[in-house]
Amino acid sequence: MNRSDYHIKSYCRIRDGKISKDGELLFSDASEEFPAFIKAAYKYFETDYSKFFKMDNLSKLAFMGAEVLLRGNDEENTALILSNRASSLDTDRKHQAAISNPKGGFASPAVFVYTLPNICMGEISIRHKLYSENSFFIFAEFNPHLLSDYTNDLLETGKANEVLCGWVDYDKNKYDAFLYVIGKKGLLAHNTEELTKLYRTK
Amino acid sequence: MSELKQELKEKIIEQLNLEDVSVDEIANNDPLFGEGLGLDSIDALELIVMLDKDYGIRLADPKEGRKIFESIDTMAAYIEANRSN
Repeated sequence: MNRSDYHIKSYCRIRDGKISKDGELLFSDASEEFPAFIKAAYKYFETDYSKFFKMDNLSKLAFMGAEVLLRGNDEENTALILSNRASSLDTDRKHQAAISNPKGGFASPAVFVYTLPNICMGEISIRHKLYSENSFFIFAEFNPHLLSDYTNDLLETGKANEVLCGWVDYDKNKYDAFLYVIGKKGLLAHNTEELTKLYRTK
Repeated sequence: MSELKQELKEKIIEQLNLEDVSVDEIANNDPLFGEGLGLDSIDALELIVMLDKDYGIRLADPKEGRKIFESIDTMAAYIEANRSN
């Protein structure tokens, strides 16, 4: 169990062709392929950020979750703590295929810059002008204990005023994002039971 | 030359994932970086790879790219003068 004086301000779920915020369905799309789904979401939310189309799928997933949660939020001192299971494996495979092409392998800059999971935090930071601490962990599964300990520490020591954290996993067209913002005031208590419950709620 | 310019526009849109841009929207003398198409440093690297892969031109000094990639006009002229593919 993990208790804190902080609160979950807002949370976002992206999976199975749906995007919800604070339990309310905001967008759904029947596209079976992630690129088509996330492109439709980009247009639905009237996102104006052409660099979005240059991102890899993991970054698009994280970016859209952050967009839902941080649009209109002017708190620049927002730290980022993300995690997933697959790291950047999906893009790593594309990079491997590109450089080992028997007809002449080339390392594409547009691909290899995304062969790190934490690049998506850079994209979020650029978009929302965050100059904050950030970390990306690789776990076997969603780990609310470590995320909440780290978040509480950042807030208690004054290193951040708010924290965007959670789970953002993409591999082979399977995607699952659960992102949330922790601050001093909010909807729900910030503890591992609440986080686990929200993550498991479909 | 005009075919090459058309080809370059198509390649740039495809390889740099410029989803919202069409060939007709790129003028031959539009700046590719900065206020023009808004390309960035990663795009510049991608263009250097494209010169090598598609036209057999290897830039010895990446700084050369600044002048070569000013516009479609400058790219096409450089490729015409130096291509081996």
